[in-house]
Amino acid sequence: MKLPHFEYEAPASLDEAVALLVAGDGSARPIAGGQSFVPVMAFRLAEPSMLVDLRNIPGLDKIEITDAGVRIGAMVRWRDVLDDARLVEALPLLPAAIDHVAHYQIRNRGTVGGSLAHADPAAEMPTIALTCDAVLEVVGSKGQRSVKAADLFMGPLMTSLESDEIITSVLLPAWPADRRWAFQEFARRRGDFALAGIALFYDEDASGAAHNVHIGAISVGDTPLRLAKAEAVLNGRKIDEAAIAEAAAAASAEVDPSGDIHASARYRKSLVGTLLSRALQGAANRKAK
Amino acid sequence: MKVDFEVNGRAVSVDVTPRMTLADCLRHELNLTGTHIGCEHGVCGACTVIVNGDAVRSCLMLAVQAKGAEVTTVEGLSLEEGLTPLQEAFKRHHGLQCGFCTPGMLTTLHALLSEEPEASEERIRDVISGNLCRCTGYIPIIEAAMDARAAYQQARGDK
Ligand SMILES: Cc1cc2nc3c(=O)[nH]c(=O)nc-3n(C[C@H](O)[C@H](O)[C@H](O)COP(=O)(O)OP(=O)(O)OC[C@H]3O[C@@H](n4cnc5c(N)ncnc54)[C@H](O)[C@@H]3O)c2cc1C
Ligand code: FES
Ligand code: FES
Repeated sequence: MKLPHFEYEAPASLDEAVALLVAGDGSARPIAGGQSFVPVMAFRLAEPSMLVDLRNIPGLDKIEITDAGVRIGAMVRWRDVLDDARLVEALPLLPAAIDHVAHYQIRNRGTVGGSLAHADPAAEMPTIALTCDAVLEVVGSKGQRSVKAADLFMGPLMTSLESDEIITSVLLPAWPADRRWAFQEFARRRGDFALAGIALFYDEDASGAAHNVHIGAISVGDTPLRLAKAEAVLNGRKIDEAAIAEAAAAASAEVDPSGDIHASARYRKSLVGTLLSRALQGAANRKAK
Repeated sequence: MKVDFEVNGRAVSVDVTPRMTLADCLRHELNLTGTHIGCEHGVCGACTVIVNGDAVRSCLMLAVQAKGAEVTTVEGLSLEEGLTPLQEAFKRHHGLQCGFCTPGMLTTLHALLSEEPEASEERIRDVISGNLCRCTGYIPIIEAAMDARAAYQQARGDK
């Protein structure tokens, strides 16, 4: 499958990149690692008039850790996330999830910004952003604005971004050191897209009851999802066997996945419950530091 | 578009349309047909080449994106005077049959072992999980990689 014809520019600044997208009037597209968009073009799911390569724009490839949290530049690659030892303390859920993204060679090019813009409900990063209440910074012809992950994902491969907007970074809010968390996913083969996955965290009060429960699900809807019913089951409760069983049942009941050649809808529904109970057990048993 | 980069230590200058992948550029413009193309959408790993030290899928990279890069293909990993330790290990362990996946396996493993000469078997298995082989059943490839580690460890020690 050869690619469709397009023009190509690799501007050296965000302003120029935005100007090229504006001139393209919806038919010019940014390209980051190309690990999703090149296949998309090969399959003719998109035939852009121009690709605006973000690789020469300075400043998009940094991971910054501050009191506000972890700010990840749009052009940070999976490989950079996994190589950054600071993240294991600063935001352990992130590397644990990214460890499941794709394969060695793809991790050398695929980027955080590209994955968020691609908005694949089966991908890890969109669900992590949603689960962690992340906020994206984007720049477009109308200037800069912040977009909550919760307002970003509209459908499979669809976001609320304008066609001239470029993601520059994403902020994952600061993570208390004693927060409990877990990531669980099931795929046929390591590195393949998940049949289903669960990302979660919660904090505990002095009595050991959970609060601030955040549960995100991968690959069981048109967008990444928060499992509000399962969260409601757990908020204010101790995470014991009964609570886990109840939350798992709630999670299976509240998702409405579709089936495909990889797994039936019923299987995915049941898998969500299983993964949630494994994740909760993992989070509850993890030694607090 | 005119693009200048380096392939296997040699400066090259090609005139390509933006839609040409690096894989097609290597094969059709530069006659380096050692890089194989299986799926053309990033799934099989046969087209893996090394760009600035990193193993990447050359079917998912545009030739125009190689501007200024140092590219190493499977041709660049062989010696005039005989087999390299990695090639030798593939031969000894029957790490190839039809050979279609072999360029991708060699480039991937070379990139890995150059950077991580102590890579564990688990790490090697994880890394080549992105490379499909229809013939060998993978075990001989993993054995070859494990065997070749010594040469990479020594090369690192010599530096
Ligand atoms: C075989 C294979 C297996 C994979 N497995 C997984 C997996 O298990 N999990 C997973 O999450 N991913 C997987 N991926 C996808 C991979 O992680 C991609 O790298 C990622 O989804 C997109 O990142 P990219 O930088 O390559 O984006 P690109 O492909 O360059 O772009 C993707 C989309 O985002 C837009 N875009 C890119 N950057 C920006 C930006 N800064 N602002 C606005 N729009 C932008 C592009 O216009 C395009 O629409 C796999 C890919 C392959 C080929
Ligand atoms: S041809 Fe590039 S991964 Fe298959
Ligand atoms: S040796 Fe035939 S595909 Fe691997």
